Amino acid sequence: MKVTKETIEHVANLARLNLSEKEKERLTTDMENIISYVDKLNQLDTKGVKSTEHVIPIKNVFREDEVKPSFSRDKILSNAPEVEDGCFKVPKIVE
Amino acid sequence: MEYEIVIGLEVHSELSTKSKIFCSCTTEFGGEVNTHTCPICTGMPGVLPVLNKKVVEYAVKAGLASNCKIAEYSKQDRKNYFYPDLPKAYQISQYDLPLCYEGYIDIEVDDVQKRIGITRIHIEEDAGKLMHDEWETGSLVDYNRGGVPLIEIVSEPDLRSAQEVKAYLENLKAILEYINVSDCKMQEGSLRADVNLSVRPKGQKEFGTRTEMKNLNSFKAIIRAIEGESARQIEVIKSGGVIVQETRRWDDNKGVSYAMRSKEEAHDYRYFPDPDLMPIVVDEKWKEEIKNSLPELPEARKKRYISEFSLPHYDASILTSSKVLADFFEEAVAKSKNAKAVSNWIMGDLLRILKEKEMEIEEIPFPADYLAKLIELIEKGIISGTIAKKVFVQMFDERKDPGVIVKEKGLEVISDESAISGIILKVLENNPKSIEDYKNGKEKAFGFLVGQVMRETKGKADPKIINKLLKTELDK
Repeated sequence: MKVTKETIEHVANLARLNLSEKEKERLTTDMENIISYVDKLNQLDTKGVKSTEHVIPIKNVFREDEVKPSFSRDKILSNAPEVEDGCFKVPKIVE
Repeated sequence: MEYEIVIGLEVHSELSTKSKIFCSCTTEFGGEVNTHTCPICTGMPGVLPVLNKKVVEYAVKAGLASNCKIAEYSKQDRKNYFYPDLPKAYQISQYDLPLCYEGYIDIEVDDVQKRIGITRIHIEEDAGKLMHDEWETGSLVDYNRGGVPLIEIVSEPDLRSAQEVKAYLENLKAILEYINVSDCKMQEGSLRADVNLSVRPKGQKEFGTRTEMKNLNSFKAIIRAIEGESARQIEVIKSGGVIVQETRRWDDNKGVSYAMRSKEEAHDYRYFPDPDLMPIVVDEKWKEEIKNSLPELPEARKKRYISEFSLPHYDASILTSSKVLADFFEEAVAKSKNAKAVSNWIMGDLLRILKEKEMEIEEIPFPADYLAKLIELIEKGIISGTIAKKVFVQMFDERKDPGVIVKEKGLEVISDESAISGIILKVLENNPKSIEDYKNGKEKAFGFLVGQVMRETKGKADPKIINKLLKTELDK
């Protein structure tokens, strides 16, 4: 499969990565190699094979609807880069 | 040219479980910011979400109540996007295998029945709340709401007008309330709708390009957004323009919509199965159990009111449109046995006062018992219908037992004939002109005189006795 520079830019944008031109070039080759490697799987005939959403054969893992104490707010906020009025502070979001 | 509006809705409804969808934090609304949080719902690395069983049950309930098929095998997926109200940078939702699919809800607009298809109902987690002040440099995030369970109910593009949308939402809300899976409080955001809307020339088969308006949280805002956006689209097309597929923000204060995200940034969510969460299998047995737990639904209740209480179709629809109101009605009927009277009081005075005071049905201040008592007071002839209306207002404002109000204010009907006679004589003495009019055959004069006697007794005299005595007196 051919990977274009536009694809790399699109994926980088989705992942919020800022790439230099050089990185874009390198990643285009890398990505193309990775995809052709995985592409081999497409050679298998999977007609009639159910898709594997999960590899572990376990289903219905539930917990009961019970409330337990939450964490203390200070603890929850202790790793936050910035805190204000009991909230996580993040760069301003404008739509 | 005439245009047709085509609308599909995505309704998000918060489920009323006690704990969140993947952790044991409370779902309670309105706590101090970030006090209902833990490492799971704040998306700390290395934690393991475990699905709340009630969430599956509630979603299946909602599916069965809206005539959906229930998926035997269902899974949860990660929907990837960056937004700080989402601490993991993905939302756990369901992509290609939702819990419920292919259902419908029947609606009625202007006496025309219509079936609105439900494409799917899936479970997902709610996001946190972002707060920003214009003068501030950053935004603040509160994750109390993050991880509260939601169901998203996606309709087919079967809706054709704001009226149909309103009827659909009202029915949907009533169903969710009846089966007790969501409190549907729009002002607290537990019911919100995204509106997908397009227009096309009447008669055209293909759909036009649609726009999406997100997170509308009142019926009024939804109706206005539909009216505003359809008008905008028709205007664009009429002036030779093209509709761009985009997300628009409806500004309800200004009554206009704005483009939110441009086409270039069109969402690419890269869904994939969440490896932490195992598939959900709802077998026949579990499905039957949930089915058997369903209460009587609004449609069935409406039909029963018509056949059991001989209520008019319209009254039955209004009464059953809200579970709280229907329960209130039935409680009062159980006590008073006079369904017609109970219905009339609710449909008339009660709903009118609620509307005047801009109160919700949930805020009815007195118990159903009081309404039954009030009706009994009239039936027993203790108070007149006119007085009853006044007692009702007081009962509403002061939450007092109507029997007590009547006693305290001495509102019992005066049926003592001699007392009423005395008042009649006094009234006649003061109104010689009316006596003359009556004798000249003016029937109106009689009514006027009855009114005067009523006024003298502050509405307490038994009208039957007034009529009888007044007639005797005048015909002397």
